[in-house]
Amino acid sequence: MAYAAGVDVGSTQTKAIIINEASEIVGRSLTDTGANVVVAAENAYNEALKNSNIQEEEVEYVIGTGYGRYRVTFGNTQVTEISCHARGASHMFPNTKTVLDMGGQDTKAIRVGSNGDVLDFCMNDKCAAGTGRFLGAAAAALDIPLGELGNVAMQSERPVKISTTCTVFAESEVLSWLGKGKKIEDILWGVHLSIASRSVGLLRRVGIEEELTFTGGVTKNPGVIKALEQAIGFKLNISADSHYIGALGAALFALDHIVASRAPSSVKETA
Amino acid sequence: MTEDKKVDIVGRGNVEGANLFRDWFAELGEAAKNNQGAAYVFVMGSMAEILKVFDFPLVLPEITSLQTAVRRVADEYLTVAEDYGYSPDICGYVKADIGVHLRERKHPMGNIPKPALTVLTNACNTYVKWAEIWERMYGVPVFVLDVPATRQAGGQFQLGSSDFARDCKYVEAQIRELITLCEKVSGKKFDIDRLRETMAYANDMNSGWKRVLELNKSKPSLFNALTDGTVYLGVSNNFRGTKEGSQFFKNLVEEMEYKAARGIGTQTDEKYRLAFVGVPCYPIFRRFNEMFAEWGGAFVHSTYLHFASGGANMGFEYDVNRPIESLAEGTLISVREAMDNMFHQDRVLIKMVKDYELDGVIYHPIKSCRTVSTGLADGRRAMMAATDTPSLFIESDMMDKRVVSEAQIKNRADAFFEGLASRRLTAQNA
Repeated sequence: MAYAAGVDVGSTQTKAIIINEASEIVGRSLTDTGANVVVAAENAYNEALKNSNIQEEEVEYVIGTGYGRYRVTFGNTQVTEISCHARGASHMFPNTKTVLDMGGQDTKAIRVGSNGDVLDFCMNDKCAAGTGRFLGAAAAALDIPLGELGNVAMQSERPVKISTTCTVFAESEVLSWLGKGKKIEDILWGVHLSIASRSVGLLRRVGIEEELTFTGGVTKNPGVIKALEQAIGFKLNISADSHYIGALGAALFALDHIVASRAPSSVKETA
Repeated sequence: MTEDKKVDIVGRGNVEGANLFRDWFAELGEAAKNNQGAAYVFVMGSMAEILKVFDFPLVLPEITSLQTAVRRVADEYLTVAEDYGYSPDICGYVKADIGVHLRERKHPMGNIPKPALTVLTNACNTYVKWAEIWERMYGVPVFVLDVPATRQAGGQFQLGSSDFARDCKYVEAQIRELITLCEKVSGKKFDIDRLRETMAYANDMNSGWKRVLELNKSKPSLFNALTDGTVYLGVSNNFRGTKEGSQFFKNLVEEMEYKAARGIGTQTDEKYRLAFVGVPCYPIFRRFNEMFAEWGGAFVHSTYLHFASGGANMGFEYDVNRPIESLAEGTLISVREAMDNMFHQDRVLIKMVKDYELDGVIYHPIKSCRTVSTGLADGRRAMMAATDTPSLFIESDMMDKRVVSEAQIKNRADAFFEGLASRRLTAQNA
């Protein structure tokens, strides 16, 4: 039995996935990226090996993805997270037509073909508005743990309108609403609606088509899911492994390499 | 043809182009030293044919500004202008130029002379506001050439129609006013035979430019439209209506025909043929191209080579027997073409995709130029609907490296090529 691995080095967290020849996930890990990207990739990979209870020698091919993909020094090659999220999402939810990946500092809208190919994509540009970092700024301003943000926000009855698009200014806007006596849940729900609005704007650039698979770290936030579903009018595809979909896509591309390397030479040339 | 000849001819355009650029700055430096006033003009309708008759050195501030970015010092000039009070959202070319003037016209490539007059067209809506700054700084006349019948979505009046003749008369009258102004500013009498001479040189350049662009339909492509093309474009603007410019384009046509006949491509590994739409990303000019070249992507054409040449790509040939009337016709046709290439670039691209056998189109909207960027999202949708050609949208700037994120551009380029590779594989296996 051969195994393939994908390591997704994101701006905030690094994810690793190991799959078997049947494309089934056998191991996973998640770690903070921190300042040393090379070490983060190694740690995530080693943890995934432990989690899958297999030896490093059994992994035939490793692909790095994410912004730190070129720092996955033990990897065989690199693929962008855009291709990997499209591939991973299509594998997990085969009817996926659109992917929204929301990570620590960027958000991507991807239109995918029937085989997981990227048909078009669009990303937030240069600033972190509408990304996980925007939520982080609000959480810091209100002194609420990031993991509780969504649940608190969903208690809102009269959300405020967050007008700034800048993550840095978001904090001061949140504080100004607090100063006006607004409830924390109403301010937070306003933040969630703002993020959903910006994400839908990106999605519209590539075209919104069902089914839409939501990937990345922000999938852990039920408030963002609710705000997005309200904005687009249908349910999103989400799984417990949505956070790992980029790494899964990388592992699937790695498995392609293993399969191609075993094929007769005439087939190999086209793969 | 001997090997020696090959060594001489291949790449000659870039060498000669670089030399001519140095000559241009040397001429400007000499004029500055002698306190000689220059004509400040723009790439979309420079009226160089007239101005050269009066021996005005030409300053093209769009080009002197972009040179600060290519030389990686634009931020210094932008900061000077912003410290003076200009907003970060104002055109980067304008601000870099203002920075040069606030630094007593000291440019990284030499000193720039003061303006004696400014000539502009309505091709860009910033031109006139830009010229007003010089007017206030130096008290020099600003001549605005109003080119009519633009932005009519394919319904422009054509040569031979009575409407076109009427518009020509309007342009011709303005050209005669410009001649009068030049006589007054320079103190020289207008010489129509010298105009015939500059127009003949411009004819050589127009026909050469058109031919060079057409030759890049060759497979593999003969020159890189983004990097080499910008060098050629610079010569076509700075040396318009001159003997040197005429000879450059004759030589360039010879070089490209030589390469075409022998299948000598601009890069060794041309896997994907691309077009570039917009103004280049000058703060990382070479690196930007490398991000595509390392995947085997070759820029074989660019809308920049149309609109920033002032429509010289049309190859309009002046009739030097009736010079002023013909100059009016050529200006009307070419400048209008330059403007329409910005506003209806989808039509140009749909044809370009077919003629140049393109695999993809790269759109580059830039923060500090609304004129060239506003219609790109819509144009991209129209192009993709008409041709099913993949495209990539990269937002940055032509001058301001604060809004150029190399890592993000690289990420987008990589993903785009992964998509192209997958698409090609799917097509092969179908």
